Amino acid sequence: MQVQLSHPARTVEVKGPKKVKELLRELNLVVEAHLVIKGDDLVTEDEMLYDVDQIEVRPVISGGNQAEVEAKAEQKPPTDSSST
Amino acid sequence: MNCTKCKTKAVIGLPRHNAAFCKGCFNGFVHDQVTRAIKSEKMCGKEDRILVAVSGGKDSLALWDILLKLGYRADALYVNLGIGTYSEQSHAKVTKFAEAVAASHGATLHLHTVEQEAGAGIKELAQLIHRPTCSTCGTIKRYQFNRVAIEQHYDVMATGHNLDDEAARLLGNVLHWQEEYLDKQGPSLPASVEGFAKKVKPLYRLSERELAAYAVLNRIDYIVEECPMAKGSKMLQYKEVLNRLETESPGTKQMFYWGFLEKQSKKQPTATTMTEKDLSVLHPCTSCSQPTTAVVCSYCKMMARAKTVVPR
Repeated sequence: MQVQLSHPARTVEVKGPKKVKELLRELNLVVEAHLVIKGDDLVTEDEMLYDVDQIEVRPVISGGNQAEVEAKAEQKPPTDSSST
Repeated sequence: MNCTKCKTKAVIGLPRHNAAFCKGCFNGFVHDQVTRAIKSEKMCGKEDRILVAVSGGKDSLALWDILLKLGYRADALYVNLGIGTYSEQSHAKVTKFAEAVAASHGATLHLHTVEQEAGAGIKELAQLIHRPTCSTCGTIKRYQFNRVAIEQHYDVMATGHNLDDEAARLLGNVLHWQEEYLDKQGPSLPASVEGFAKKVKPLYRLSERELAAYAVLNRIDYIVEECPMAKGSKMLQYKEVLNRLETESPGTKQMFYWGFLEKQSKKQPTATTMTEKDLSVLHPCTSCSQPTTAVVCSYCKMMARAKTVVPR
């Protein structure tokens, strides 16, 4: 099956049939940090995937943006940075 | 795997709740978690005007979508940081959502473009004033969201911080024993002094994976790519560690953050303490009047420095 991955964007070929959780394990990816999408549909870890399926493994940890900016700003002494 | 509630085919399993849901029941679960967060933390009422900080990512767009569907009066602000194609793409996603979804609820999208005011994008600006990009970005976003909320008379400002964001930030603060920052880690911060908008985090009960699933299931087109400025950041490392723990022991993240909130709530009444602290140290910036501990706030100082080095 064709599996589309992100960060960086690439496509890999994985032999089916196998369950979603087996696919993630084979790719060394953590379930809690990824969604698996078959065609347009979200699928659970026990779903069986076959060679004809188009799969996207989408990471769910995006940016680090909001939490990152706050934490970095707040790591400075509590001067005027905490007020704006 | 079948839906715990209606027994039809599930689309997502939630080990931390020992449950699985179909699309309809999962949307119900997400809306219920946000409603519980808003009510338990007294974040806002249906009559309040809310300003949502949107970035084009899954969390903020999901938050805007959820608030509108729950019947809240929610407008949004997007700050265009000028990070090349990343900002162009995220701006397009926000505009698309505003036109396709938010407009039908009568909601408005406000826009602030960093380049228009500072004369340069965030990366160039940070280099010119010799500050880290994420820190510069944080100062600008906090300032602009507060400014628009105050100027446009919004009752409350909402951000898309989720359970993973809050757990990772708590881990960072605990690892470095930055106890002085823990008071401000609650999901609802009061408008402690004049010039500060009330800030709330209605998604703190939902994980990053649950919010991504909500966006996918509801066809919310968000930017999947990472912010190029955030690569290798400490917060991403903390999130990775917590997700490994969560996979082995479901419920770890919520036990960590919600447990912290429970302990905090048993201490002094936080709102009063925070208001008292803020009142004792904050006063209006002599340049823009937003609250600051200094004579001139960090945003005005930064813009003043930028104007001396950026050709106009």
